[in-house]
Amino acid sequence: MADLSTNLAGIKSPNPFWVASGPPANTGYQAHRAFEAGWGGVVWKTIGTPIVNVSSRYSALNSGPTRMIGFNNIELISDRSPETNFREIAEVKKRWPHHAVIASLMVETREQWHEFVQRSADAGADGIELNYGCPHGMCERGMGSAVGQQPAVAEKITSWVMEAATIPVIVKLTPNITDVTMAARAAKRAGANAISLINTINSITNVNLDTFVPEPTVAGRSSHGGYCGPAVKPIALNMVQACAADPDVRLPISGIGGIANWRDAAEFLALGSTSLQVCTAIMHYGFRIVEDMNEGLSAYLDSKGMKSITELIGRSVPTLQKWETLDLHWQRVARIDYDTCIGCNLCYIACEDGAHQCIDLKSPEKLGVGLGPGRVPHKPVPKVREEDCVGCNLCSLVCPVDECITMTEIPNGQSPMSWSNYQEKLAKGEMKAIPPHP
Amino acid sequence: MPLQPLLPAAALAANMADLHPPLRPQEALVEANRCLYCFDAPCIMACPTGIDVPAFIKKIASGNPIGAAKTILTANILGASCARVCPTSVLCEGACVLDDRDEQPIQIGRLQRYATDYIEQRGLSVLSAPAKKTGKKVAVIGAGPAGLGCAAELARLGHGVTVFEKQPQAGGLNTYGIAYYKLKPEISLAEVALVQSLGVKIRCGVEVGRDLAVARLEQEFAAIFVGIGLGDAQRLRIPGEDLPEVRDALAFIEQLRTEPLDRVPVGRAVAVVGCGNTAIDAATQALRLGADSATIVYRRGEEDMSAYEFEYELAKADGVEFLFHTAPVEVLATDGHVCGLRLSRTVVNAAGKAEQVPNSEFNQAFDLVLMAVGQEKQIALLKQLFPALALDARGAIQRDPLTGQTTMPHVFTGGDCANGGREVVNAVGEGKKAAHGLHAFLTQATARPPIQPSRLGAKTGATGSGLLQPIRAHELEAQVKIPGASPGAFDKTAANSSDHNAIRA
Repeated sequence: MADLSTNLAGIKSPNPFWVASGPPANTGYQAHRAFEAGWGGVVWKTIGTPIVNVSSRYSALNSGPTRMIGFNNIELISDRSPETNFREIAEVKKRWPHHAVIASLMVETREQWHEFVQRSADAGADGIELNYGCPHGMCERGMGSAVGQQPAVAEKITSWVMEAATIPVIVKLTPNITDVTMAARAAKRAGANAISLINTINSITNVNLDTFVPEPTVAGRSSHGGYCGPAVKPIALNMVQACAADPDVRLPISGIGGIANWRDAAEFLALGSTSLQVCTAIMHYGFRIVEDMNEGLSAYLDSKGMKSITELIGRSVPTLQKWETLDLHWQRVARIDYDTCIGCNLCYIACEDGAHQCIDLKSPEKLGVGLGPGRVPHKPVPKVREEDCVGCNLCSLVCPVDECITMTEIPNGQSPMSWSNYQEKLAKGEMKAIPPHP
Repeated sequence: MPLQPLLPAAALAANMADLHPPLRPQEALVEANRCLYCFDAPCIMACPTGIDVPAFIKKIASGNPIGAAKTILTANILGASCARVCPTSVLCEGACVLDDRDEQPIQIGRLQRYATDYIEQRGLSVLSAPAKKTGKKVAVIGAGPAGLGCAAELARLGHGVTVFEKQPQAGGLNTYGIAYYKLKPEISLAEVALVQSLGVKIRCGVEVGRDLAVARLEQEFAAIFVGIGLGDAQRLRIPGEDLPEVRDALAFIEQLRTEPLDRVPVGRAVAVVGCGNTAIDAATQALRLGADSATIVYRRGEEDMSAYEFEYELAKADGVEFLFHTAPVEVLATDGHVCGLRLSRTVVNAAGKAEQVPNSEFNQAFDLVLMAVGQEKQIALLKQLFPALALDARGAIQRDPLTGQTTMPHVFTGGDCANGGREVVNAVGEGKKAAHGLHAFLTQATARPPIQPSRLGAKTGATGSGLLQPIRAHELEAQVKIPGASPGAFDKTAANSSDHNAIRA
């Protein structure tokens, strides 16, 4: 069994799975339930001056009958008093000394930051997360993403925190910014110990077409909400990798954004995360999902011969490079396995209307492919014109049968040439320009 | 003793409830979202009316059931009844590619019902006939599925149509001859109203040849569509067949559909002779009416039965008993009423014929015998109405399968009288094909039926017959014989190649 124990900037937990700061991390009761279920850490729902919430706070993006592929909320930070929150943190830490409890904080003045940092440490928290990310409500009051979107302000406030901090400090980054590494570098300059990302994305999930008011609706109005859930994973992975690859950041990363199972978790680890935070999946299914996350990640690491998650962390970061370094000579084409093709012809219409028109519908008799599974007599079957196929992958992406369409590398004997190489060769007159596609 | 109704109305209503209940909206959404939205889908090819199944399912999935109903009814005017009575497991659902991904095929029939119910229950109309008429008039003989399919399509092409039906109500077997738990008569009658809403005139209670001469039709109408279906039930010609409790199974089913269920008499021990789908319908309904037993008597084995597999399974689940390799030789009676059958064991001989085994006879008690051994062809009637009409060896009307045109250029046909007896959906499809043939005949122009959007890219690809000869636009470009027109006016176009790439080049 691979070792899942985690150490993010000195914050230790038995596994990398933390409950993210949000509704599932609102109370001591929930933290107990989370740890009983197997979570490694809890980032407490953000503590600050208590706020007042509206009724009707969440909305979701569904995909057909699949619920909540995206999720949005207009709930603010904790509506409970700091006293209650810090007291419960202390109680939880007493019962779960080897699990991580991180206090998420959001206040305004230097004095308030100093006070809340001290109270977090006094309660026994293992670390502090600075909420510079919430894109709704609090930003209108100069907090949350209003801080995170201005690296100079974020750097200033982080430096106030570091003046008082005796435990590790994580800066949580907002994705609602042009270049997230600017904010990460600001955290680094201010002396933060780690970063976590992404917070939620500004969003409107949908419009009620009867009332014309977007959801969640509050007495005939709505407000921009913070978007999260499985649909944001690609955006989160991109930002996590960008920070992990930036030589001016070099901070441990707690990855957040659409993690719902061990596969998502492994991808975040491979792109440079050390710990992982989960919220929407818990809101959908409850704390019990962590059992499969732990088992699945452990089994995956075993299958790859990795002894601990440290061998996976960052493994994929260097494989992402600038486009200009990619090999223009490398070619692959689509190949269709007629023994598994069920005859839906989705590859044909996708290529014909949506890509490069290099699949033909041909008579199965002429092709000599027989009927295969599910193909009707004489019904034309898709055939890739390999000489015209650009290898774009679209057909293999729409194919509903696993491994029916294989993107196959076609060795062409040419040595690799990137765009950069190409530009150099052109400048030196070593080759002629590649003619435009007809 | 004469037969009596056996069950009260409430029990009958429960017994005769829909075999496949309607999908609830959430169920329909989940099911519709399973559809892969195949391009040029096999289910379209398997449908004899060529319904663009993926298109209508996609519309259900998006919350556009009205558009879904329009897609269905545009291709198949009897889409509501076909949703209920089609043998989908051998048609669209049998062709569903999900079957080949080891998943359950999409429940296309139930989704089709969902969409057509949606507009029916709200009284929405989704089809219309053009305001500008061609001035051409067609007489349709028979208001069954073929006649209605033809009439509706002709009306939508702008022609004037009058349908003549000898029964008091239109709809043919959909109104009179389908198991009650599959299709209630009111669904069929609503479809008749839909056809009428397109401007089609339907004159019920008019029997052509008796009340109205064909010559009169030929004076008033430019062309005629013959959709008279099949004739009377075949008889076994055994002693006792004229006893009052020996009935034609179709007449028994008709009684169920035209009288209150609690007034339909049924036996306690019912024998059904024959093993086709009508036999199954009769046996299962006899049980649902309260019979203690229903026994199907068939002179061959189960491997030879013409009933569909799913019908056989339904019958077994309902408790129908089967006497295979058994043939009735006499209907037994006491006091002038049926008391049983004298039966003989049979064996299928080397020539493939079932013959009786000597000295194997035995008696079994029954009080009602339903005959379901097939229907007669309408040879005599057709000879009387159209002496010049050519019939094939089976007694079916010879016609061009693509246009429905018979050996008499102004007479077109489709449905059971032309195909020898097939499904409702075949009849509708053939009626529709014939309407396009008629359109070509009347206007000397090829009808251009709307090509389904999902087929646009494969205009020339599919030359095959699919499973059961679906309609294809390019097939309709086949030549229609027009007296006086120069030959070749309707030659097949060059686009009939099977290789899609041919037109790209």
